[in-house]
Amino acid sequence: MRRQLEGSRAVAEAVARCRPEVVCAYPISPQTHIIEAIGAMVRTGAIERCEFVNVESEFAAMSVSIGASAAGARAYTATASQGLLYMSEAVYNAAGLGLPIVMTLANRALGAPINIWNDHSDAMAVRDSGWIQLFAEDNQEAVDLHIQAFRLAEELSLPVMVCMDGFILTHAMEEVDLPDQDQVDDFLPAYSPRQVLDPADPLSIGAMVGPEAYTEVRYLAHLRQLDALEAIPRIGAGFAAAFGRDSGGLVHPYRTEGADTVLVAMGSVLGTIKDVVDDLRDADIPVGVVGITAFRPFPFEAVRAACQGAERIVVVEKAFSLGFGGVLSSDVAMAGAAPQHLVHSVVAGLGGRPITKAAIADLIGRARAGELGSLSFLDLDEDLIAGELGRMAAERRSGPIAENLLRDLAGAPRRPRQTGRA
Amino acid sequence: MIPVPTPVRFYQVGSFAVGNRLLDPDQRTVQADTARTNSLDSGHRACQGCGEALGARYVLDAAMRAAEDKVIAVNATGCLEVFSTPYPESSWRLAWIHSLFGNAPAVATGVAAAMRAKGRDDVRVVAQGGDGGTVDIGFGTLSGMFERNDDVLYVCYDNEAYMNTGVQRSGATPPAARTATTEAVGPAPGNAFGQGKDLPRIAMAHEISYVATATVADLHDLEAKTIRAMAHRGARYLHVLVPCPLGWGAASKDTIRLARLAKETGIFPVFEAEHGEVVSVAKIRHKAPVVEYLQAQRRYAHLFKGDHSDVIDQLQALAEANIARYGLLEPTSAEAPEVVED
Repeated sequence: MRRQLEGSRAVAEAVARCRPEVVCAYPISPQTHIIEAIGAMVRTGAIERCEFVNVESEFAAMSVSIGASAAGARAYTATASQGLLYMSEAVYNAAGLGLPIVMTLANRALGAPINIWNDHSDAMAVRDSGWIQLFAEDNQEAVDLHIQAFRLAEELSLPVMVCMDGFILTHAMEEVDLPDQDQVDDFLPAYSPRQVLDPADPLSIGAMVGPEAYTEVRYLAHLRQLDALEAIPRIGAGFAAAFGRDSGGLVHPYRTEGADTVLVAMGSVLGTIKDVVDDLRDADIPVGVVGITAFRPFPFEAVRAACQGAERIVVVEKAFSLGFGGVLSSDVAMAGAAPQHLVHSVVAGLGGRPITKAAIADLIGRARAGELGSLSFLDLDEDLIAGELGRMAAERRSGPIAENLLRDLAGAPRRPRQTGRA
Repeated sequence: MIPVPTPVRFYQVGSFAVGNRLLDPDQRTVQADTARTNSLDSGHRACQGCGEALGARYVLDAAMRAAEDKVIAVNATGCLEVFSTPYPESSWRLAWIHSLFGNAPAVATGVAAAMRAKGRDDVRVVAQGGDGGTVDIGFGTLSGMFERNDDVLYVCYDNEAYMNTGVQRSGATPPAARTATTEAVGPAPGNAFGQGKDLPRIAMAHEISYVATATVADLHDLEAKTIRAMAHRGARYLHVLVPCPLGWGAASKDTIRLARLAKETGIFPVFEAEHGEVVSVAKIRHKAPVVEYLQAQRRYAHLFKGDHSDVIDQLQALAEANIARYGLLEPTSAEAPEVVED
C-alpha cells in the first residue's frame, strides 16, 4: 500500500511486519522516531508477542539483543553515531557469536565536535566488526532492505546493519509502498536458529578460544560474509519477484554505459548524483554513477564490473580515515576497475554539510580535466582553516579549535582570557 | 507466596554438615541429593580451594532444583567463565552463554524478554559474575536490570578484586588489602579507606523484591537463599563472599574458614532483604576479632610488619559498624546466643 510516510515511520512499519519478538531501545537522534513508533505498536498490540525493552544505554541495547537472539527470539534494535560507538564492544560480540540481529543505523557524524547531522563515520567505525552493512538510497529501499535483512541475517546467522542517512532519510516524508503482512509472512519464514539456549538441550555459547582455533573461528565468519555476496543478490531477486520492485542487491549502476567518468557513492547522495548525471548526459558528457548497497561484505567483482571501461572513478564518501584518506575509495581501488591513481577520493557531506548538484557537477568537470587529486574535501572553507592555523602558529594556548572556528564564522572577537576573578 | 522455612536448630559448632541428616528430606542440602543436577561439572580449571567454583556449583544446582532444571545461565567474563570453558571443553551442564565482561545483566534481560515473548514462564534466568563484573564494569547494566525489575536472579561471587587478570583492585576490594594495583608500599599501604561500593545495599535501594548475602562457609544457607530467590519473580540479587586463595594469599584449605571468619567477625554481614528492608540476619555465633581474619591472609601481611595497630583498629571499627547496623550480635527472641536460626 502506498502511503506518505516519514522514513522512520516507514522503517518502523516494515520492522513490525517482520514480527520481531524483542525490540530494544535507547534514544539517540536521529533514530528516535523509529523506536518510538515500534514501542507504540507493541503497546497497542499491532505487533503481537513482542517485548519492547527500554534500556539504560546502547551497550545494554545490543547486549539485550544478544541475549534475546541467543535465546531464539527475532531481535531488532536501532541506533546512530555515539550510540553505535558506545555499543561497539557488543556489536563485535554479536557478530562473533553469529547472532542474526537486525539493527537500523541512522547514520550520523561522530564527536568531538558533537554533531547530530548525517555522515557515514559511524558505520565506517564498525566496518570490520563482522556485521553485514547495507546502505539504503531512499526510504523505499530502507523499507525493503529491512525485510530482506531479517531473511539474510537468519539464513546466514550473521547480524545485519541497515544504514540509512540520518535526517535526510529518517526524517523525510516520502511516498513509500509498504508491503502487506501476508506478503512479508510469505517472504520471511519463522526464525530457526542454528544455536539456541534451550534448557532441554543445553549447550555453552561464548566459550573461550585460544590460538589453536581462534583463526579458524574468524575465518569461518569471513566465509559467511562471502556467502552473503551470493545471498544478497539472490534474496534481492526473490524480493523483486515477490514484491514487484528491485531493491537491495550488491550495487546499483546508473547510466554507466560508455562513461569515461564513474562516480561511486552510498546512501541518499546517490539521488543528487543521478540528477547531475542526467543533466550531463543531456549535454552528451559520458558520466555514470554506481551506488553501493552492500558495503560489507564488499562486492569487489560487482564493483569492478559496474565500473568497467571508465577512465577514472570518483568516490564521493561521507567519511574518511584520519591520517589515511577515503575508506570507501580504498576499497573501490582494491576492486581494480581503474588504476589506483585514477580512483579519486572526495570527502563530502561531513556532519550534515549539503552536497549540492553544482558541487557534484564541478567535481566531475575537474576530474575530467585531470585537475582532481587523489584526496580532496568538497567545499572546504580554506579561509577558516587558514585562520585557525595562523592562530595556532602565533600562540601556544590558542584554545579549543571548534569554539575558535564558530567565533570566526560568527565574526565574533576573540574570547578574552578569563582571570577567574571578579 | 514465599515458603517460610521451618526453623531448625543446629547445635554443632563450626560445621552444618551433620545437621543435614536431621532435616526433613525436602530440606536437605541440594548437593546431598544423588539425583541433583551437575550444573558445573568436574574437570574445570579453577584453583584448588576456589571459593567461586564452590559457590557457583551450589547456587546453580539449587536454582536448577527450584526451576525443575529449566535454567538459562548468563556469565560475565572473569575467572568463572575462563576456568569453565577452555576450548574445546565446557564444564557447564546447563544452557549457558558468555558474552562480555560488563553486559551479563543485559544479556540476561534479553534472554528473559525472549522467554516472555515466547510465553515460556517456566524457563528461569540466572546471571552471574565476579565482583569486578558486578560492582564496576557491569554496574550500569545491573542497575538497569534492577530498575526495570526484569525477571533475572543475578549472583555476584565476590572475591574482592580482579583475580582473573592477576589480583588488581576492584570497587569491592576492602581497605588496607594489598592488590597488584594497591601495593603494600608507601605511607598508607594497601587499598585506601573510605572507598568501595556496598552493592547489596545499592541493590536494596532499587527496592527489588529480594536481596541476600551469603558465604561459602554456610552452603546450606546459600542454597536456601538461592531457592528463596527463585520463588520470587522480577529482579533479585545474591551477593556471595567467595575467598580466593590466590588473591587473598591464603591456604587453599582455609577457604571455608576465612569465609566463616568474615561472617563471625562482622566484616561481611550475612542477611536477607525484601523490597528494600532487611528481613533476617545470620547472627554471629562466636565472635572473632578481625585480627584473626587478617592474619590468615598475605594480602594483609604488611599490617603485621611494624606497628599498624591503628589500621587494624580501623578495620575492627568497620566490623563493629556492621554488627551495629545489622544487629549481628543481638539475640533473637527466646533464644540462647549459642543457637542460630537457619
